[in-house]
Formats: sequence, C-alpha cells, structure tokens
Amino acid sequence: MEDSKIILIDALVKQFPIGGGEFTALDGIDLTFGKGEFAGVVGPSGSGKTTLLNIIGSLDTPTDGRVSVLDQSIGDLSHKKAARLRNEHLGFIFQTFNLLPVYTVFENVEFPLLLLKMTAASRKNAVQDALEWVGLSNKVKSRPAQLSGGECQRVAIARAMVKRPEIVLADEPTANLDAENSHNILQTMEKLNAELETTFIFATHDEKVIRYLHRKIHLEDGRVVKDELIDKKN
Amino acid sequence: MIRFLLKGLLRDRSRSLFPILVVIAGVSLTVLLHGWITGVIGDMVNSNANFSTGHVKIMTKAYAENEDQMPNDLALLGVDEILTDLRKRYPDMIWVNRIRFGGLLDIPDENRETKTHGPAMGLAVDLLSNKSPEIANLNIEKALVHGRLPEKPGEILISDDFATKLGVSPGESATLLSSTMYGSMAMQNYVIAGTVRFGVRPMDRGAMIVDISDAQLALDMSDASSEILGYLEDHIYDDAKAAEVAMRFNAEFAGSEDEFDPVMLTLREQKDLASYLDMASGMSGILVFVFVLAMSLVLWNAGLIGGLRRYGEVGVRLAIGENKGQVYRSMIYESALIGVIGSVIGTAIGLGISYLIQVKGFDFGSMMKSSTMMLSNVLRTQITSEAYYIGFLPGLFSTVLGTMLSGIGIYKRQTAQLFKELEV
Ligand SMILES: Nc1ncnc2c1ncn2[C@@H]1O[C@H](COP(=O)(O)OP(=O)(O)OP(=O)(O)O)[C@@H](O)[C@H]1O
Ligand SMILES: [Mg+2]
Repeated sequence: MEDSKIILIDALVKQFPIGGGEFTALDGIDLTFGKGEFAGVVGPSGSGKTTLLNIIGSLDTPTDGRVSVLDQSIGDLSHKKAARLRNEHLGFIFQTFNLLPVYTVFENVEFPLLLLKMTAASRKNAVQDALEWVGLSNKVKSRPAQLSGGECQRVAIARAMVKRPEIVLADEPTANLDAENSHNILQTMEKLNAELETTFIFATHDEKVIRYLHRKIHLEDGRVVKDELIDKKN
Repeated sequence: MIRFLLKGLLRDRSRSLFPILVVIAGVSLTVLLHGWITGVIGDMVNSNANFSTGHVKIMTKAYAENEDQMPNDLALLGVDEILTDLRKRYPDMIWVNRIRFGGLLDIPDENRETKTHGPAMGLAVDLLSNKSPEIANLNIEKALVHGRLPEKPGEILISDDFATKLGVSPGESATLLSSTMYGSMAMQNYVIAGTVRFGVRPMDRGAMIVDISDAQLALDMSDASSEILGYLEDHIYDDAKAAEVAMRFNAEFAGSEDEFDPVMLTLREQKDLASYLDMASGMSGILVFVFVLAMSLVLWNAGLIGGLRRYGEVGVRLAIGENKGQVYRSMIYESALIGVIGSVIGTAIGLGISYLIQVKGFDFGSMMKSSTMMLSNVLRTQITSEAYYIGFLPGLFSTVLGTMLSGIGIYKRQTAQLFKELEV
C-alpha cells in the first residue's frame, strides 16, 4: 500500500498576509493519499479546506513544509510546470460549475483535450465516453444555459474526467444542488472511482457528500483533528 | 485551440460585437476628422497661396512691416529686373508681381455725376499677357459670374457682390479714385468687363481686379510693385523647399540695413499660417491620441466587465492546465483581431464619408459672412494616403491596450485568488 501513495503532505503550513501580519490558514498538515481513494476534507467554514485543495491542485503554493503530488514538489514548480501537472494529471470540479456559456456541452468537455493535442477523432471518442459516464449523451449540442444545475455539474464532472486524470479535486461540488441531484452526482463519481481507480478528494461540509466518503479528514483552524477510514462493506 | 477560441469569440457578442462597434465608431471618426483637417488646412494654404501669400513672397523690408496698410510708397522698384533674375535662377517656379491698393470706386450716371460709390480692395495682377499664370492662380475663369475676362487695357473685374451693391453690370464704366505711389491723387476710368465670385469671403466683399500695367499707370508705379509672389513646382506648397529658396534669396541682403532691400517670406512665415500648419500636423497626432485614450477607456471598462464574467473561463482554463501567460496572450491576440476587423470596417466607413464630403463639400458660406480668413466657403475633406492607415493606430492600440489593462488583473492575481473570486 505504501508504494502507491500519490500525494504526500509533510508539515504543510500556509500563511496569508493580512494587514501587517500573517494569517495561518493551514498549520502543520501531515497527510498522504493513495491511488483510488475516495476521501473528503471536512470541517467548518474557514477551517482551510479550499486552501488545502488549492495547494494539492498546484493552484497555490505552500508557505512551509512539503507537498508532493505524483512525485512533483508543488512548492518548487514553475508556473508552466504547474500548469502542465494540472493539464495532464488533475481534474477540478467547482462549486459553481464554471462551464463556458458560449460553448456546447460537447465543446466544454472537449476543451481539456485540446491542450493535450489529441486528434479530433480520439477527442470525439473520449468526449462521448465521458458524457456516457455521466448520462448526458443526449445533450451533446445543448448550451449550459439550457441545462439544469444537476446536469451542469455532470458536464463539469465529464470535463474533469474526460482526460482520465489520476486525481480529481472537488470543492463543494454539491453546494448548488438539491438532494436528489447531489446523490446522483456522488453516485456517478463513486462509480468512476471504482471503475477507473481515479483518486477523488472532496472539500465539503455537506452531510450528503460526507455519507459517501470512504475517508474523512476533519480540519479545524488549519489542523487535522481527526482522520477516519469508513468501512463501506455494508 | 485557436479555432476553439475563435468560435467563442464569435458567439460571445459582448466580447466581439460591442468592441468591434466601438472600434468602428472611433476609427471611422478618426479617418473622417483626419480627412477634414487635411482638407480645411489644405484649402486654407491654397487660398492663402493663391490670393495673398504665394508660396514665397518678396516685399521691401519696410513694406513687409506694415503690409496690412498696403503702403505702396514703400513698394519694390526695378521689378522687371528682379523678375528676370528670379526666373533665370528658379526656372521651375512661377514668379508674378502684384500690386495691392485701396481706393474708391465711383459709378457715374449719364451726366457723369456720381451715381453710387464704394470702397474697393484693389488687386492688380497680370491679366492680359499671353498665358499669364495668374488666370490659373486666381482660378478666374471659374470665378466669372457675369460678363467676360478683360481683353484689353482699361478693362477690370469686380466681385459680383460688390457689383450688386453698386448697381452696375458688365459693360458699364467705373472710376477709381486712389493715391499714387508718391501720395498725389490718382483717378482712372475703367470698363467693367465682368464680375467674379471666388467663394472666399475676403475677396468677395469688395474686390476689384485690374491688369498690372493699368495699375502701374494709374498709380504712377512704373516698374514698381507691392510684391512678387513665387509658386513652387506643381503648385504644391513644400515648406522645406520654400524655406530654402527664401534663405538663399535673403542671404544676398544679409547685413544690409537698407529698409528698401527686398525680403522673401515663405507662406509659413506670413500671417499666422505657421500655427495653422503646425496645427494640421499636430492635430492628426492629437486626434489619434485622443481616440486611443477614449476608446481604450471604453474598451478597458468593457473588458473589465467582460473580464469579470470571464474569470470563470480564465479559472477553468488555468485549472485545465493553461498557464497564465497563455491565457493572457490569447486574450491579447483576440483583441488584436477585433482591432484589425474594426479598423478595416471603420476605415472603409470613414473613407466613404470622407469621399462623399470631398466630392460634395460642405457650404459654410453663411457662417463666414464676416470672416477675414482666406478660406473657401465650401469646405471639403481631403483623402491622403495617411487616411488609409491612420485609423489603425487608435483601432489596434485601444483594443490591445484596453485588454492589457483589464487583463492585468488576471495576470497579477494569485492563481488561487482567481478561483476565490470566481466562486462568489
Ligand atoms: N488569499 C487569502 N488571503 C487571506 N486570507 C485567506 C486567503 N484565502 C483564505 N484565507 C483565509 O484562510 C482561511 C481558510 O480559508 P478556506 O477558504 O481554505 O476555508 P474553507 O474551509 O474552504 O471555508 P469554506 O467552507 O467557507 O469554503 C479563512 O479564514 C480565510 O479567511
Ligand atoms: Mg472553501
């Protein structure tokens, strides 16, 4: 099991400058994640969940400590290298779905593949697969404005999954969804996690999400206060 | 990827249509105003050159100092010799002598009593010699309203308005009362051959045009003239050439204190023309600058508003693995494309309207009733080669600058911070 750790976090500290001083958002985090985990960072608002996810996602850098994602040290990456890491290995799902309104569902999902310089034919296959996973094969030509919130978030999941990344980071993915859609989406993600062995890391305080997690990491004031594995063999 | 971005650009009207419209408006106005300024200044230079200043003008130093009062007692003497010399030295240029004089034009009735009279602004030019360049200089054939051109000594032209005021028509006679070069009374009878309208207010009020020999006779100015005018090749004013000719001419008299020495002034040096000429060249620059600024501000604001909406897109593109430089650059390429498209359309529109005004002209006659400016009543734009590219400066600058300014927020911000803003 130890050799399949794809994220290593060691004594991570993140401080933000505020006023004249520093605000410590993350205060000595030690964590590891293995391949295929379905884990969540939970905790009250302001506890540092988003900050932690952003650092894992190479959107932000540590103030102190080490974070290594797929053997790349986040703090030492150049802008370009960080972009490359995100491009090739990471998928993001946001609270606001952040679909591009002027593009169709197909184009939204196709977008990440354009950067990977895939051929048109293989892009088309990949997009169709991804839309099938989330059950939206019949909405290929729709614009985001014509979709429900749940459908939008499913498009966002397809967009995050289409390049089959090793890790998907989802920050409050259900915050704008009702109960039924939330379950729907989590079931989809659970399925993808099982089929593709993608590692999912959530940041959430939504009970509906928490129920699905296989691992709960409790954050409070920037510290891990509890890290529990949940037995899902019921 | 480029196709993908273009598709987005085309579909997002607020990103393409609005900025293109702004650019079109600004660019077409720039082109139009440029054509207008070029046209008006060009007309002013031409009118002045033809009716008043020449491209260069020679007077005695003393006359030049009080030119407005037409002090013919200070006129140039030995004019024929000077002219011969000038024509030999500058064979490509046209040299003519003129006399300006004031006087009273008296219209007699059958009994040789005064019927009407009025103050005349006299201009004596070579009307009668074969192929006199003055007919073209003053565009007299076109200006003729009634009657015909003078054909023999003793015939004059007067402005049509003046004729109406005096109640005379071609064929009738008129008597000029003036003073000779030496201050004694001058009186001469003429026949009015025709009436003229130049479309230049100061000339149309009370002008009387006499053949130069007639005037020399009447004013006792044999071989004398108020001024000698020189016109450059092709009749196009070139300040550098004119200045060089003047410098060489004036060098001969350098150091002399004699106030009857001739002095040559360029068009630019006469009246306040220097400031107008400078204005003409400065104006285009100012114009471009103002439009760059105004349009940049509009587009910057539009870009900021659009940019806020686009934080989502920027965030997603960063998350998906583009780096900030790529996103920023692609936004600038986008804006450059919009700038080019808008500039092309705007230039076409601006040129189209300029062309119309160049052909049709705008009649400002009623607004210039009391003007003393040598400027045509009907003003036209003038399309120069500059007009074809000048619009691209504000067009391209403003779009790119506007985007750079609004995009800088994205570039400067912490990546993670962008996501935070995109989530609220
Ligand atoms: N750029 C920043 N500058 C200053 N302080 C920041 C910045 N980003 C985050 N913080 C602070 O760090 C703390 C953790 O923020 P974070 O967004 O990680 O919380 P969170 O757990 O995701 O909260 P929520 O559940 O409300 O999303 C908060 O107190 C926040 O105010
Ligand atoms: Mg958060």
